[in-house]
Amino acid sequence: MNLMAAIAGALILLIAYPSTAVAHLVTTGLGPFYDGALHLLLSPEDLLGLVAAVALAGLQGAKAGRIAVIALAAAWFIFSFVGLNMAIGFDFPWLSIFSIIILGALVAVNPTLPPAVAALLAGLYGALHGLLNGSALAAMDSGLLSIVGVSATVLIIGLLCSALIVSLKAAWARIAIRVAGSWIAAVGMLMLGWMVRGSG
Amino acid sequence: MQNSKSAPLVVWILLLFWPLAAWAHVESGQAGGFASGLLHPVSGLDHVLAMVAVGLWGAQLGQPAMWLLPVAFPMMMALGGMLGLIGVPVPGIEIGIAVSGIVLGALILGQMKMPTPVALGIVAFFAIFHGHAHGTELAAGQNAILYSLGFVIATGTLHAVGITLGLIHRWNAGRVALRCAGSLVLAGGLFFLWGALS
Repeated sequence: MNLMAAIAGALILLIAYPSTAVAHLVTTGLGPFYDGALHLLLSPEDLLGLVAAVALAGLQGAKAGRIAVIALAAAWFIFSFVGLNMAIGFDFPWLSIFSIIILGALVAVNPTLPPAVAALLAGLYGALHGLLNGSALAAMDSGLLSIVGVSATVLIIGLLCSALIVSLKAAWARIAIRVAGSWIAAVGMLMLGWMVRGSG
Repeated sequence: MQNSKSAPLVVWILLLFWPLAAWAHVESGQAGGFASGLLHPVSGLDHVLAMVAVGLWGAQLGQPAMWLLPVAFPMMMALGGMLGLIGVPVPGIEIGIAVSGIVLGALILGQMKMPTPVALGIVAFFAIFHGHAHGTELAAGQNAILYSLGFVIATGTLHAVGITLGLIHRWNAGRVALRCAGSLVLAGGLFFLWGALS
């Protein structure tokens, strides 16, 4: 319970981190690997969907959680690499927002999914955001180590969240995850509104 | 023992890392970031009353409604907020908000039991009015995602406050107190309706 509070506090801390740094690759002074890692940690729009994807898989059980985390991180890395090297300029923020809404809503509804489907959804999210990240990092003249940093951070966050959610047995705790999913979907819908209005 | 100390420590670290830059330019009506999003839902008593009432009613209805209502409300409120942001008009917003207080207050006062889908429908219907009002009130934002996060977290916290208060329902005296709270929500709704109509 206290471990959960600590992890929740840490996540809130990351989400509440000043957003002005999101617009560019933050230099940590520790090299491109950590710059890439920090890039993800300072991107709440990436983190929200990531948490939703692993939460959805985690609610399905240990097997789904395990496969989904691997699919998510692998797809994130591969498609970051594609985005970084192909210079395709992939930039569709609405696609990212829709993915957050869909994953958040699925967590809220908590349908019974086969592990392969949960992993597929996580992989699709990883592919989409990997491509977005890779394209963004290409525009910043970043290298391979940056996407390794991003992908390693995806894997670590995914593993931690998935392990936490899989371990939840109490009904209220699982419902709390579903409530969090509804919040993620709600944030996505508001984001969509901001984007359509053109002031977000 | 160590774990029991870690949670307050994390909260302290969170407070230390709180983005000070945001405080420097948070102004009324501006969507500046997480802090302004967090404050927006608690800035109007009509909204606070309805959102706490959702939690109270959920607690009174018991499981699964107690948990499902706070799942449905933020999503439908966000849908209303989205409609407000993109300029889709919804008629009678202020009246709808006031009526939400009246209806929810009456349901708590009457200790009304009903099927969960019907309760979800009622809450979802009123959530659109509340969300739309918030959506149209928002000025151009500096950081939409942080503002939205703060906004949704504050709304959810108000539901949690309602649920927590509503847990007194398990005692006889608590049930009476909860119905009294419903009458206050009802009175508040009538007051806001009077304001909306005048």
